[in-house]
Amino acid sequence: MASIIVFSILAVVILGSALLCVTTKRIMRAATYMLFVLFGVAGLYFLLDYTYLGAAQIAVYAGGVTMIYVFAIQLVSKQTLQGMVEHIKCSRMLQGLLLSVVGLATVAVVFLKNSFISAATTDELPMDQIGNALLGSDKYQYVLPFEFISVFLLACIIGGLVVSRKKED
Amino acid sequence: MIYELSYLILLLPLLSFIVLGLAGMKMQHKTAGLIGTCSLSLVTILSYWTAITYFTADRTAEGVFQTIVPFNFTWLPLGNLHFDMGILLDPISVMMLVVISTVSLMVHIYSFGYMHGEKGFQRYYAFLSLFTMSMLGLVLATNIFQMYMFWELVGVSSYLLIGFYYPLKPAIAASKKAFIVTRFADMFFLIGILTFGYFTDSFSFSFAGDIVMGQGTTPFIEGNMAKAIAAGGFILPTALTLMFIGGAGKSAMFPLHIWLPDAMEGPTPVSALIHAATMVVAGVFQIARMFPLWIEYAPQAMSIVVWVGVITAFYAAAVACAQSDIKRVLAFSTISQIAFMMVALGVSLPGHHGAILDNHAQLGYMAGMFHLFTHAMFKACLFLGAGCIIHAVHSNEMALMGGLRKYMPITHVTFLISCLAIAGIPFFSGFSSKDEIITACMEYSPVVGWIMTGIAAMTAFYMFRLYYGIFWGTENKEAHEHHTPHEAPLTMTIPLIVLCIITVGVGVYSTLAGFLGWGGSFGSFVSAAGTDYTIHFNTQIAATSTVIAILSICLATYIYKGETQPIADRLYKTFPKLHRAAYKRFYQDEIWQFVTHKIIFRCVSTPIAWFDRHIVDGTFNFLAWGANEGGESLRAWQSGDVRKYAVWFLTGTVALTLVLLAL
Amino acid sequence: MVPVECYFVLSALLFFIGVYGFVTRRNLIAMLISIELVLNAVDINFAAFNRLLFPGELEGFFMTLFSIGVSAAESAVAIAIIINVYRNFKNDSVDAISNMKG
Repeated sequence: MASIIVFSILAVVILGSALLCVTTKRIMRAATYMLFVLFGVAGLYFLLDYTYLGAAQIAVYAGGVTMIYVFAIQLVSKQTLQGMVEHIKCSRMLQGLLLSVVGLATVAVVFLKNSFISAATTDELPMDQIGNALLGSDKYQYVLPFEFISVFLLACIIGGLVVSRKKED
Repeated sequence: MIYELSYLILLLPLLSFIVLGLAGMKMQHKTAGLIGTCSLSLVTILSYWTAITYFTADRTAEGVFQTIVPFNFTWLPLGNLHFDMGILLDPISVMMLVVISTVSLMVHIYSFGYMHGEKGFQRYYAFLSLFTMSMLGLVLATNIFQMYMFWELVGVSSYLLIGFYYPLKPAIAASKKAFIVTRFADMFFLIGILTFGYFTDSFSFSFAGDIVMGQGTTPFIEGNMAKAIAAGGFILPTALTLMFIGGAGKSAMFPLHIWLPDAMEGPTPVSALIHAATMVVAGVFQIARMFPLWIEYAPQAMSIVVWVGVITAFYAAAVACAQSDIKRVLAFSTISQIAFMMVALGVSLPGHHGAILDNHAQLGYMAGMFHLFTHAMFKACLFLGAGCIIHAVHSNEMALMGGLRKYMPITHVTFLISCLAIAGIPFFSGFSSKDEIITACMEYSPVVGWIMTGIAAMTAFYMFRLYYGIFWGTENKEAHEHHTPHEAPLTMTIPLIVLCIITVGVGVYSTLAGFLGWGGSFGSFVSAAGTDYTIHFNTQIAATSTVIAILSICLATYIYKGETQPIADRLYKTFPKLHRAAYKRFYQDEIWQFVTHKIIFRCVSTPIAWFDRHIVDGTFNFLAWGANEGGESLRAWQSGDVRKYAVWFLTGTVALTLVLLAL
Repeated sequence: MVPVECYFVLSALLFFIGVYGFVTRRNLIAMLISIELVLNAVDINFAAFNRLLFPGELEGFFMTLFSIGVSAAESAVAIAIIINVYRNFKNDSVDAISNMKG
């Protein structure tokens, strides 16, 4: 019962912030609303008993990514920050709405055609299990993606640095 | 043994054509001329050797010469039919070998002198070799399709040689005209061949007598005449008549003769070789070759041949009386004489006397082929003589000539002998052949006989008008002061002398043989049934024709010999329109122009061109326009707008999902 | 426990809100923010399905974890590119980078 109430609060927060995020004319507000969405999603993870995931979400997403965005906004959108607002074309809005509605309809059809067999338990996922799975090399264990993602992150760092380097004149 | 070497007769001129064609410009003129002449001398020697071997060989049991096929191989198999290439030796083809190689050799030697210093000397000899090869291939053909192929090759060589002076517009126009007119006629020839082949399942000359095939040759397919007749009684005559139309184009019969006078734009030795002795007789040769079929299956169609020949002969003789260019006079004379040959072949209907290949048929055929032989010799001599005259006077017009007998004795004598031959005076070759033709015509129908006699009289008349106009009459004193006409060099006069010797020799022997009944004359070699045919002159007809010829000559002498020609001038004043019409060849060219331009171009070609341009091209233009427009409208997708791409991407994904769901 | 259908509906709505935002917005950063919304929706979906339908396995969990990591890296690179674009075009609107038009 309690989880449903919490869930609905979180759902309202997430969806409301998302809607405001995509419809607001000011970019800084969009970033702020995105932060709220990220916090809401972290909350959902906590609700799902994935504490580690929720922590990672807050640390990486809500902390890191939002900061990147804020810095980027400061660097790039000079005019926008100074109050110039973005004007959205009506036809484009209709296009987006149409696409979203059709997509939603499709997903709804898929949802209604299939039934989900719930097998929920109340166990919390122990941390050492996560750790073992992350670093183990057995059949269902994830050391390879782990190593790969570390290389990938390195590549992205270097790539980001190279791309945004100022040209020496 | 010589028969195995007969392929050399075709190979040597081909090789000399290739050598002179490819390397000619790097050689000196003399070298090129010598190569051409030497290869042709070899061909002449081989031809004579073949002829002697062939005609002295034993005859078969029926008394005919065997038809020998040393080579025949399948070139293009097409189901039932197949196109062969080969060599067929039979009395008429061997006779033609002799004629072609002799005249060609004379022309090669003559051209050394006539074409001396001309630009393109080597090209000229290359084309002469090509022509000789094509003509030899035509007469040695084993099947009608091979004959057609070489027929077209001959047309091409003629085109190349008439247009030899290609910087000059009249030469180009003349060569185009010759090619187009003969090509138009050849369309009918081809339709005839295809009809014939389709209905009889064979192209081969399997009816050419008693055939001996060489080793390793493809056998002739016997033509299935019964099948053709079963399909329809009119089919074989139609096929043969269509082939005759093709021959009529090549042999300049009315109304397809228009190319021959214009073809005189080419060099004179070319006119001698092609348009007097060899190519223009291809039509006559074709009928002679298909003669057994004509006799057996299409005797009624032969009357077409006869009347076309008669009309042509009369027309050409009438026009020749009014021409002022000496080569044009000779051209029309050629047309007239070839018409004589056609008439001779046409009147050889055996049914007339009720038996196949009776005496009557023999006479016409033999006379036609004999006239071909003699005409080739004396007409070539006339043309080469005309060439000497043109070389001396630098012009073709009779008005600038006159009194040349003092300056050019050899040309004068040879020209006179040839004129006597063509007029039909006894002891010259033309007499025997022309007399036989008139006899055959008389037997066929007295009307035709008397018409031909009249035309023979006209022939004598205009030839002597020409002779007197060139060698007698007033001299062109002013021109002679600047440049005295001189006798032609030896290379040009020797061929004239050789041809005259042949004319006189054959003439004397045949006249005596005809009157005294000797054998061994032309008829013993070439005759319709293949057997030995002894010529006997019909004294009455011989006398009549001789008298008429002499009268015509006297008339011409009376009118044209003197210094001035008062009677000619008065006739000209009395009938100006008639003279002008005759001079303009009775407006035949204008009629053809009218038919092609006003009727065919306007009513047939223009709508077809409109259709092609607007509908056929229009369809493709429309498709291209559609593709263009489609591309332009699709171009809007490449907006460079990332969001639009995303929209389409997502739309596609959603659509795909829906499709997969539905499935 | 919250039924799994709720999570599904939530994530679907969030996803399509993100799509709408991506299609509609002109500012490059705003488009990136919309993409983050999409990615988060997908993460919710994976985590919910793993937890509520297949509790024994951990695939969904790790998928989400790696997705978070990859999204962060991808945002970094995208920002770098946007900075570069801004330097060249002096404009942060997606309409400005239409050199590939036509």
